[in-house]
Amino acid sequence: MPRIKEKVIEVGLASAAVITILTTIGIIWVLLSQTIDFFSDVSIVDFLTDTQWTPLFADKHFGILPLVAGTFLTTFIAILVALPVGLTIAVYLNEYAPKSFRKIIKPLLEILAAVPTVVYGFFALSVITPFLQSIIPGMAGFNALSSGIVMGIMIIPLITSLSEDALFAVPKSLREASYGMGSTRLQTAFKVMVPAASSGIIVSVILGISRAVGETMIVAIAAGQQPRLTMNPLVPIETITTYIVQVSTGDVAHGSLEYKTIFAAGMALFVFTFILNNISYWIKKKFQEKYE
Amino acid sequence: MNKLDANNVNVFYGSNKVIKDVSISIKQNTVTAFIGPSGCGKSTFLRLFNRMNDYIDTFKMEGKIEIDGSNIYDKQIRVEELRKQIGMVFQKPNPFPKSIYENVIYGLRIQGIKDKKILDESVEQSLKQAALWDEVKDKLKDSALALSGGQQQRLCIARTLAVQPTVILMDEPASALDPISTAKIEDLIYQLKSKYTIVIVTHNMQQAGRISDKTAFFYMGELVEYDETKTIFTNPKQERTLNYVTGRFG
Repeated sequence: MPRIKEKVIEVGLASAAVITILTTIGIIWVLLSQTIDFFSDVSIVDFLTDTQWTPLFADKHFGILPLVAGTFLTTFIAILVALPVGLTIAVYLNEYAPKSFRKIIKPLLEILAAVPTVVYGFFALSVITPFLQSIIPGMAGFNALSSGIVMGIMIIPLITSLSEDALFAVPKSLREASYGMGSTRLQTAFKVMVPAASSGIIVSVILGISRAVGETMIVAIAAGQQPRLTMNPLVPIETITTYIVQVSTGDVAHGSLEYKTIFAAGMALFVFTFILNNISYWIKKKFQEKYE
Repeated sequence: MNKLDANNVNVFYGSNKVIKDVSISIKQNTVTAFIGPSGCGKSTFLRLFNRMNDYIDTFKMEGKIEIDGSNIYDKQIRVEELRKQIGMVFQKPNPFPKSIYENVIYGLRIQGIKDKKILDESVEQSLKQAALWDEVKDKLKDSALALSGGQQQRLCIARTLAVQPTVILMDEPASALDPISTAKIEDLIYQLKSKYTIVIVTHNMQQAGRISDKTAFFYMGELVEYDETKTIFTNPKQERTLNYVTGRFG
């Protein structure tokens, strides 16, 4: 009797795992089949090299580069904001802050992560953009800069939390060794603790990048939805995710070429994250060899 | 001349008094052993000399601790400068996750020394003093974490020596090591005595007997007896000391 019960539980657990795998396979299959369909109409060379993305216009171009550029630009700005701020907070919490303060500030930071992204989007559009326009004349109302900055603010808790965990995991004996040699707190933090926690910090950045690359709402609201191959953060751009939203919420006919572009774009996004993850994985491995 | 002096020192963790009115004088170029059962306060007391207890939130101290006659808890003392003068070796080997070379020169790097010649010389000299040079001279760029436990501990000693302290505090430096490595560390301590003043906390009474000139026996936060090592182990004045060194408790 207990054996049958064990068996039932085992099958139940296994099927839960199988469902997840099947879902993933299903998504990849849909993505892949639609994408292959898309490439029977559009040359893959054009897709990768054309510098214009105008599938919804009469003069159709299917170059993914402008969308990739938009995604890269906003993500880059976001990390540029989130890494220094997030890491500084993590170092402060772990090396300087009294325990009682740390207990208060950590949950407060988590609140930042609980703000809905649509709220961040409006924050970017109605607060950050006007503020930046007052400093940078000639900046467009929709732009990559303010969406990137706000995206960075959104990612700060993620970077802080993971980096802090990584710093916390560094053996206390290393800190003592550093202090024992006459290091200041700052030297201890940045010459011993941060390097020793580097693999964990890199992981936090990887997850931050993934979050930024996949982020949709903020850029949809504040970045302008204009595919443009540029690295200028002051003009409207469009990211891969925003394009997908734009088309899925529009009135494009099901099964048409325009419709299939979202799968191609989705595939590009998938490949993009996949490559990024691999690069980061490689970096992480390299650092680990050095520090462990 | 006394190198280190402690006068009527009390230490509290919160309301808990862990060191009770301890006074001790330690002479230059001697090895002094602190012995006593676990929790007797010997490590806490050792860490007063380089102010390593400062980071404990509830730590409070009364009394005076002096090095070469100047109070190290004086407000004008820069704790970083103090620690360059008073090095410390910890219970478990704790090399940084860097190369052997970078470990040794860490203390010089944070002082801003960049001259490669000075750094190279310091590495060779410190590793030689720590009796590790012959074993690692061909792999200075390798990770310190690839070394054995005993080698790591000697590397930590070399790292401490590179800063050129005058006092070295050792907190059970051989307790995590095998007997052969322990013997090497003990030899090393014996040799270092000619240049440094060494204070060592140890659980191992034979070790205290082998390497130290003077021994201090701590019990429940009090300094029970402090005398020549030979006297402590053969003819102590206090009964508690006698009971401890003969293994009747502890």
